[in-house]
Amino acid sequence: MTQETKTINITLKVWRQKGPKEKGRFETIHVKDIETHMSFLEMLDVVNERLTLEGKEPIEFDNDCREGICGMCGAVVNGIAHGPEKGMTLCQLHMRKFCDGDIIAVEPWRARAFKVVKDLIVDRSPLDKIIQAGGFVSTIAGGAQDGNAIPISQEIAEKAMDAAACIGCGACVAACPNASAMLFVGAKISQLALLPQGKPEAARRALSMLRKMDELGFGNCSNETECEAVCPKEISIANIARFNREFLKAGFGSSER
Amino acid sequence: MQLDSKVPGGPLAEKWDRHRFELKLVNPANKRKYNIIVVGTGLAGSSASATLAELGYNIKAFCIQDSPRRAHSIAAQGGINAAKNYPNDGDSIWRLFYDTIKGGDFRSREANTYRLAQVSDNIIDQCVAQGVPFARDYGGLLANRSFGGAQVSRTFYCRGQTGQQLLLGAYSSLSRQIAAGKVKMFPRREMVELVVINGKAKGIVVRNLITGEFESHDADAVVLATGGYGNVYYLSTNATSCNVGAAFRAYKKGALFANPCYTQIHPTCIPHSGEYQSKLTLMSESLRNDGRVWVPKNAGDKRRPNDIPESERDYYLERKYPSFGNLAPRDIASRSAKEMCDAGRGVGPTGYAVYLDFKEAIERDGIDIVRKKYGNLFDMYENIIDDNPYETPMMIYPASHYTMGGLWVDYNLMSNIEGLFVLGEANFSDHGANRLGASALMQGLADGYFIIPYTIGGYLAGTGPSEFDADHPAFNDATKQADECIKKLLAIKGKRTADNIHRDSGHIMWEYCGMARTEEGLKKALMLIQDLREEFWQNVLVPGSDRDYNLSLQKAGRVADYLEFAELMITDALAREESCGGHFREEYKTEEGEAKRDDENFCHVAAWEYGGYGKAPIFHKEPLTFENVELSQRSYK
Repeated sequence: MTQETKTINITLKVWRQKGPKEKGRFETIHVKDIETHMSFLEMLDVVNERLTLEGKEPIEFDNDCREGICGMCGAVVNGIAHGPEKGMTLCQLHMRKFCDGDIIAVEPWRARAFKVVKDLIVDRSPLDKIIQAGGFVSTIAGGAQDGNAIPISQEIAEKAMDAAACIGCGACVAACPNASAMLFVGAKISQLALLPQGKPEAARRALSMLRKMDELGFGNCSNETECEAVCPKEISIANIARFNREFLKAGFGSSER
Repeated sequence: MQLDSKVPGGPLAEKWDRHRFELKLVNPANKRKYNIIVVGTGLAGSSASATLAELGYNIKAFCIQDSPRRAHSIAAQGGINAAKNYPNDGDSIWRLFYDTIKGGDFRSREANTYRLAQVSDNIIDQCVAQGVPFARDYGGLLANRSFGGAQVSRTFYCRGQTGQQLLLGAYSSLSRQIAAGKVKMFPRREMVELVVINGKAKGIVVRNLITGEFESHDADAVVLATGGYGNVYYLSTNATSCNVGAAFRAYKKGALFANPCYTQIHPTCIPHSGEYQSKLTLMSESLRNDGRVWVPKNAGDKRRPNDIPESERDYYLERKYPSFGNLAPRDIASRSAKEMCDAGRGVGPTGYAVYLDFKEAIERDGIDIVRKKYGNLFDMYENIIDDNPYETPMMIYPASHYTMGGLWVDYNLMSNIEGLFVLGEANFSDHGANRLGASALMQGLADGYFIIPYTIGGYLAGTGPSEFDADHPAFNDATKQADECIKKLLAIKGKRTADNIHRDSGHIMWEYCGMARTEEGLKKALMLIQDLREEFWQNVLVPGSDRDYNLSLQKAGRVADYLEFAELMITDALAREESCGGHFREEYKTEEGEAKRDDENFCHVAAWEYGGYGKAPIFHKEPLTFENVELSQRSYK
């Protein structure tokens, strides 16, 4: 461990917005003596503790597991969803990546489909609605055959797992100039299209999830690849290509349409 | 109060089959007349909601996060046990049952634990059918790995994200039922009251965390799947929103709380590094397969680890437990680390850490092999601690991880309040005084997919549809009570934030009711907690208003619960005058310093009844009878 504790002073330009219908604005907060061992969210905790003791309202932000798996946290830091480090959620970012005197801009995810709830919190329930439109295998508890009755090659299982690693944080949507959810949807479509269990419903799934995505106000994909660049789980845009193939197959080759 | 576990008669292996036959059924056409509330959407809650909806019941599901997919089950890394015996290495239902009951230091209910092992195989099949991408071998069949406390390979896994994948599987089934209109999902809700009418659970009051308003929901039965209370220590591997609130509010309405002193402290976590710290990150136990744990021989040795010569290092686990060495069980490894640090031999900036050294493994196997096995963990460590564990030893320290205690339930998973069912980590039933690795996921899904669907039917068939709705005055009273509590918290306008006070109470619990406990320490903790609770109600500062999204207010409510709950935990730890599993009382140990059970006097479940605010809880006992296994003393020398 870097043995001695280092502290820095920073300036936060943080988005404050009372509610979905209120007008938001950037607030400047000078923050002194931040230990560089802190995580970014712990820095916000410290700021909030200070704001509270000063009689001000703390900055509201979503967070839960603080180890990069629940997908609850997320903000755009200096223009980048989840901040400057690759393959990481905001809760895994540490203050040692910043320098003394830095000005740090912190904003909520911005997308037509995600309404701001308060400050840095947005409503990501549209992602749940997309899954409800078909991101599942229609099976019921009790009727399953033996797990080993369906052999799945290691290669396919690994690819499915790569896609299934999505944590549903919404960074891909926030980073996309079109606020598209194609990487999110593509990851789920891929996982289930690769596996034999998902094949019977593949056509219906692809059509129905895409329709729902459009209906909820997400944009389309124009190959900017910004989503892949910010994805904390480094999910590949190959999944979008697979989604497109599934969509075409469903459109031309099935009776679903 | 007479505690009836309702364990059916007959031989152990036939109990569940027999019970399923004896349970009354609800006719398929009648199922839609019943409404069931499920609180929590982790493995237990999601699987229960989805499965009950598949059967035809109307479900209202509640979760505290913005989406059911984020419940903390998602963070489980290692895997899920099942008695499939695919590797042909001698596993069986009986062996999984025996390992679990022995691992729990003979403090769980035989029949429940056996049933858990029995349904374990169905869980794997169900998850595969959902499209959970389990690891496969080259032939395309399911792969297994080994885990602590077992000599067979029975753990199924999805890389280091098994909990995530299993939860997403359950969430997908839940999503399908939401789309079908059978589940109504209420995210960002916190349960604040259980509504009990004529002795039966008939609904809940929740707070909408976005608007701050209270909402009343009536039902024919209430299912709590709200997880454990590990955050009583403030710092833990749990998510920040994990809380004891729902279970504790049910306790205050008469549900018994069983064995609250059984907590699991996991030995390999990234140590605490400063006052601001908000959580402790778990590093997989698998690291102890190749890492060697040590501290300097001399107290206060501040040299860098690589400057300390071999002769001045103490590989204390290898020294104390030559046959198990660095692979000693969780509770023993944790306690030993604490002993070393308490003796002033801990390392790192705080002195509360021990080294986990891979030098020998790297020299033996080469850096590439070590990287292949543990690369992601080493990266995670480097990101948090900013040090390269390939070059200098890792620092680790134990942290609160899981709680075996929980609301008392019978064989049907129903609490002593009729119509209140409790699943997963929130109940007490299957793990005794210590849980084995990869068994939490198994229990959550067993309860939700394969147990509650049968037992809740038996209850509903016996009672018929509820004649009460949310207009009943009991809902109004419960809402008023919850509102008063929140108004009171906001009105104090003191000088300390809830987080700040929670940090103190967590420290007290860690110090006196953590890895090792003494009568003197526990009595002291009781007073300290009582004083702190008094201070909390006079000096807490909660900013903002109640009709708004206000995380500080949510936290204050949870800390208030923890400050009362802590007292219950200490009371239980004081009453259990023996050492077993995660509960280690310094006064009760063998000559070698190991845990010493007292089967004559403490082979029972301690179930506590709420006695009123500031009053001592009332003790009830459920004796544990072992008809199929012989109680033995654990030894790892």
